Amino acid sequence: MFDFLEDYDVWEAFWVTIQLTLYSAIGSLIWGTVLAAMRVSPVPVMRAFGTLYINTVRNTPLTVIIVATSLGLYQTMGIELGGGDSKEIGFRLAVLGLIAYHASFVCESLRSGINTVPVGQAEAARALGLNFLQVLTLIVLPQAFRSVVAPLANVLIALTKNTTVASAIGVSEAALLMKEMIEIESDVIFLVFAIFALGFVLLTLPVGMLLGWVSKRVAVKR
Amino acid sequence: MSDLTVLYDVPGPRARIRNWFYTALFLALLLLLGWWVLSAMAEKNQLTEDKWSPFITDSRVWTTYLLPGLLNTLKAAGLSIGIALPLGAVLGIARLSEHRWVSIPAGTVVEFFRAIPVLLMMVFANTLYAQFTTIESEVRPLYAVVTGLVLYNSSVIAEIVRSGILSLPLGQTDAAKAIGMRKWQTMVFVLLPQAVTAMLPALVSQLVVIVKDTALGGAMLGFGELLSQVREITANYGANTIATFTVVALLFVLLNFVLTSFANWLEARVRRGKKATGAVVHAGVTDTVEIEETPSKN
Repeated sequence: MFDFLEDYDVWEAFWVTIQLTLYSAIGSLIWGTVLAAMRVSPVPVMRAFGTLYINTVRNTPLTVIIVATSLGLYQTMGIELGGGDSKEIGFRLAVLGLIAYHASFVCESLRSGINTVPVGQAEAARALGLNFLQVLTLIVLPQAFRSVVAPLANVLIALTKNTTVASAIGVSEAALLMKEMIEIESDVIFLVFAIFALGFVLLTLPVGMLLGWVSKRVAVKR
Repeated sequence: MSDLTVLYDVPGPRARIRNWFYTALFLALLLLLGWWVLSAMAEKNQLTEDKWSPFITDSRVWTTYLLPGLLNTLKAAGLSIGIALPLGAVLGIARLSEHRWVSIPAGTVVEFFRAIPVLLMMVFANTLYAQFTTIESEVRPLYAVVTGLVLYNSSVIAEIVRSGILSLPLGQTDAAKAIGMRKWQTMVFVLLPQAVTAMLPALVSQLVVIVKDTALGGAMLGFGELLSQVREITANYGANTIATFTVVALLFVLLNFVLTSFANWLEARVRRGKKATGAVVHAGVTDTVEIEETPSKN
C-alpha cells in the first residue's frame, strides 16, 4: 500500500519546509521587532513608515509577494541574493518574501504586548533617567515578549503553513511534492493527502503545545 | 499602556534637536533606498513610460485583464464567505453543545482543518473533482479554490464564534434559563446577537484572509484571478513586470481596505445600536485565532 512512497523523498520535502520555517521565523522576529520599535518611537517619520509598511503588507496576499520576489526581483531585476543555482536562489527569495510578510504580524503582536505592560513600568524607568531605547529594550520589551509568547506561537504556526506558498515559485517543499504525487499516483490520492496533512499536523501541533506551555510559564502574573 | 507616549518624555530643547536629527537621518536612509531601487529599475528599463502608461492610457488592460481578474477574485471570495460563514457558525455552536456526540466530532473537524495549509486542500480538491466528478475543467479551479477556502475558513470562523460566545458573562445564560428559555432560544435570542458584536473584528480579519488566499488558486491551479493576470499582461505589454505587480498589489490593498472600512462602519453601527458586553475577540495574527476566554486585556 505504501510502496509508491519509495519513489519520492517525502522527508527531504518536509526538511525544506522546516528550513523555510526556521529561517523565516528568525528573520521575521528580528525585522518585526525593529518595526515595532519604529511604531512606538518618538520620531514621527519612523512611526509613519512603520504604519504604512504594516497596512500595505498585511493587505497584500502572501502569494503576490512571493511570486513578485521571483518574477520581479529575480527574473526582472536580476537580484540573486548571493547567487548559486536557481534552486538555492528560489529558496532564499521565498525566505525573503515570508519574512517581509510575517514581520508585520510579529510587529502587531509585539505592539499589543507592549500595551499590556503597566504604565508605571515605563514611568518608573523614565524617572530613573533612562532614554527611549533604554526604556524599550531594558524595561518594556522584556516584559512585552513574555506576554506575547502565545500570539507569537500563532504567527509561527501560520508561518509553518504559509511556507507552502513557496511552491508557487518552485521551491521543492512539501506542497509542491504533494501536487506532483497527487497527479502521478492518481489511484491513491486520499492516502497522499492524508500523509501530507498528517505531516503538517505533526509539525504544528507540538510547536503549539510546547509554546502554549512556555507562555503559561513565563507569563507575568499581575 | 495604550497611550504609547509614556515610553518617552515630552521632548525638551535637546531632545527636540535629537529627534530632528533622527528624522533627517531616517529620511536620508529612505531616500537612499528609494534612489537605489529607482536606479536599479532604470537600469533594467522598468521605469520607461511605455511600461507604466498602458495602465492609464490603454483601457483594454483593464477590460481584458485586470477587471475580469478582479471579478474572479471577488467571485471566489464571495462564494467562500457566503458558505463559510453559516457553516462556521454551525460548527462553532456544535462544538459548544452539551451532547458529546455532537461536540466531539465538530471539535475534531475544526482542529483538523485548521492545522492543514489551505493550499494542500485546494490542490487535493482540484484532483478529487477531476477524478470523481464531471465538473468541467474551465470551472474546476473555481470549485477547488472555494472548497479549500470553505473547509479551512469555516473551521477558523467556528473558533471565532465559539470564543465570541464564551466571552459573554455567564449571567446571560443563567438569566435566560431563569425566564424559562430553551437551549436554542438562549443561543438564538440571547447569546448569538451579543457575541456577534464581540466577534466582528476577528471575523473581518478572517474575511481579508479569504480575499488574500484566493490568489493561491491563481498561482497554483490556473484559476484566472487577479494575480494570474500578471503573466498575461507582462506577455502582452512588453515585460512591464514591476509596473504590473505594483498595480495588482495596489488593487488587492484597495479591495481589503474597502472591506475593512465597511466592517468598521458596521461595527460602529452595531455597537451604537445595542448595549455590548465590551468583550472583544481579537483576531489572532494571520490565520489562527487567539482565543481569549476572558474579556479583552487591552
